Amino acid sequence: MNIKTLFFGITADLIGASELDVVLASSISIGAFKTVLKEKHPQLKNINTYAIAVNEAYVEDELLLRENDVVAIIPPVSGG
Amino acid sequence: MQRTSIKITSDKLNLQECYRFVEDASCGGIAAFIGTVRNDTQGKEVTQLDFSTYKPMAIKEMQKIAALTLEKFDIYKIAVHHAEGVLKIGDIPVIITVSSKHRKAAFAACEFAIDTLKETVPIWKKEYFSDGAVWVNAHP
Repeated sequence: MNIKTLFFGITADLIGASELDVVLASSISIGAFKTVLKEKHPQLKNINTYAIAVNEAYVEDELLLRENDVVAIIPPVSGG
Repeated sequence: MQRTSIKITSDKLNLQECYRFVEDASCGGIAAFIGTVRNDTQGKEVTQLDFSTYKPMAIKEMQKIAALTLEKFDIYKIAVHHAEGVLKIGDIPVIITVSSKHRKAAFAACEFAIDTLKETVPIWKKEYFSDGAVWVNAHP
């Protein structure tokens, strides 16, 4: 399945894109998705702390991804 | 009745609008936090900031903070407005106004709202210097 993945801040600069489709053979957890992402995009390996949002809400590593989910990589925020 | 006003805009933030939204005859005071762009960071001269947002989620998170602040404190209304795009020194990236019957709740609510915004809302600022730019809080 295809997971639309959004990148922001430092991660968008490192990837060189703000949006990518990540192809998965089967449904996996967010924790496993993070590992896949680092394998496919080693330039992320030095970003140790980032949060993940699915469909515009923060999620934990245990959540299983489903078809049509939109994942966002959220590096440390600095609004205000 | 709408008790929260949430906005992300590339226009100049409007303090009067935030004030007008929260004012009410039942309230004894309004507290406001106005963020302003500082001209240096750790002794280095800053020339401008560029705020990028994950806008739909940022709006949702700001709405959550406003709702939580209303729940936690004895306040009447709250406005949380944030700017996006390039801001110069002295420009205003964020305004929070809170009205309440008594002042203590308004001060406490205002502080809670800005502290939480800085922790959870997906907005990122890039600081520009004369010799380059960095994402704030990012450690590649």
